[in-house]
Amino acid sequence: MKNLKDFLHGALVPVLLLILWEAGSRFGLFSEVLLPSPTAVAAKWWAYLLPMQPQEAGQSYLAWLISGELLHDAYSSLFRVIAGFVIGAGLALPLGLLMGASPRTYDLFNPLMQILRPIPPIAYIPLAILWFGLGNPPSFFLIAIGAFFPVLMNTIAGVRQVDGIFLRAARNLGVGQWTMFTRVILPAATPYILAGVRIGIGTAFIVVIVSEMIAVNDGLGFRILEAREFMWSDKIIAGMITIGLLGLFIDSAVSRLNNHLLRWHRGLEH
Amino acid sequence: MAQIIVNNVQKVFKTPGKDVIALKDINLEIKAGEFVCLLGPSGCGKSTLLNAVAGFALPSAGEITVEGKKITGPGPDRGMVFQEYALFPWMTVAQNIAFGLEIQKKEKAEIDLTVNQLLDLLHLNDFRDRFPKDLSGGMRQRVAIARVLALDSPIMLMDEPFGALDALTRRNLQDELLRIWEKLGKTILFVTHSIEESIYLADRIVVMTYRPGTVKRDQVVDMPRPRDPSSAAFNDLKRELGRLVMEEQQRHADAELKLAAID
Repeated sequence: MKNLKDFLHGALVPVLLLILWEAGSRFGLFSEVLLPSPTAVAAKWWAYLLPMQPQEAGQSYLAWLISGELLHDAYSSLFRVIAGFVIGAGLALPLGLLMGASPRTYDLFNPLMQILRPIPPIAYIPLAILWFGLGNPPSFFLIAIGAFFPVLMNTIAGVRQVDGIFLRAARNLGVGQWTMFTRVILPAATPYILAGVRIGIGTAFIVVIVSEMIAVNDGLGFRILEAREFMWSDKIIAGMITIGLLGLFIDSAVSRLNNHLLRWHRGLEH
Repeated sequence: MAQIIVNNVQKVFKTPGKDVIALKDINLEIKAGEFVCLLGPSGCGKSTLLNAVAGFALPSAGEITVEGKKITGPGPDRGMVFQEYALFPWMTVAQNIAFGLEIQKKEKAEIDLTVNQLLDLLHLNDFRDRFPKDLSGGMRQRVAIARVLALDSPIMLMDEPFGALDALTRRNLQDELLRIWEKLGKTILFVTHSIEESIYLADRIVVMTYRPGTVKRDQVVDMPRPRDPSSAAFNDLKRELGRLVMEEQQRHADAELKLAAID
């Protein structure tokens, strides 16, 4: 029962904290408006998860069950993360491969990249609204920028670190330039690229919350800002917890993908 | 006519400060089906010569021809086995062996057949779907040999292929290599710094000098196989070659000391 013991051990501090928090609330130590009790937050989270309207005639049970606000918000945020990430990484990957493989391309693009890279995606918010108006497009743009640079930098590094022995072995087998790229350099750079993907997704997830605070009317970022307007602290915290859970879900999905794609890699157990 | 002809080959490495002459006036003729070892201490240019034949680093002067054609780059007619195995870690054993054939756009059925034969030949059947990371050093080198054999090239170049293996695995693979060589009739050019290994394997041993790399001795090994490393003839030759190699090793050590003193 080592797992159970580890679990109990790890749960000790959070549970203790929750008990203190709950007790503090019950004894009136914290204002109910500023810091609601854990049970109040849990109740709100549950209400947030459940459907808002009663089941309509003709609506399937499943459609009704997932019609709650929380699931809709989580889905909207996840969609933005994925769409923005695909755009950003989709541009960064080919450019990174080119910059890593060709010193001339690298010299051509690197100065621009080094100037743009330190600008946080959040600084693009005013431009994003001017250029793309309201709705999803400015979010996609900001998230794409957030995902672009980690994927780009890691792809360049990944291509550059490819061991020369693989290139020699491949040339010896008669490999041409294109095959060298697709079947030797790209797979050899995959561990680096995937590390970049993981960082990029993390950045995308931060940016999505911020971007939802400006130009859209759903999503987890929008919801916690909206809740603040009404001083619904319990809903703010419930929303934050959902953001944490969604982040955990995304990261473990990426980590699974990692383990599958890198099952050949030395440092990994599977 | 000899299959591989090395004609007055020189190789100079330009380094800041001074140029290093790695190879000087190398002349060699290797017949088809011959097993030749290049022997010498590190820095004697034996790997440089092998890389020149492989086409990775062409000579600064002189030329190397294979079947009468001048070498201008690497190619699958001269398969190379590296000391570091150089297997593609993202491919399984079978995929590694098949890779060279896929590049030649061979048909799938033919590739499968060749791969299966080679897995049999090198006793790799149980490992066909494993990744290199799961294999021991000896197993990896078997895969590397199979990958080169798949090309069906007449010439195999081997750069200290067994240098990183333990003594027992090493002997085992030497025997395997001899078995394959006798069966398939390849020409093998084999770099080693082990005197015993060269006598155990080769028809002919080319002993090289430390910088500049030249041919110090071209020694025919006229002993029937399998050779017994404890026999008198074996040990006479070992002593004789040992003396030659140690002279060069001493020059290597002296040069290193001199270099250290300058620093």
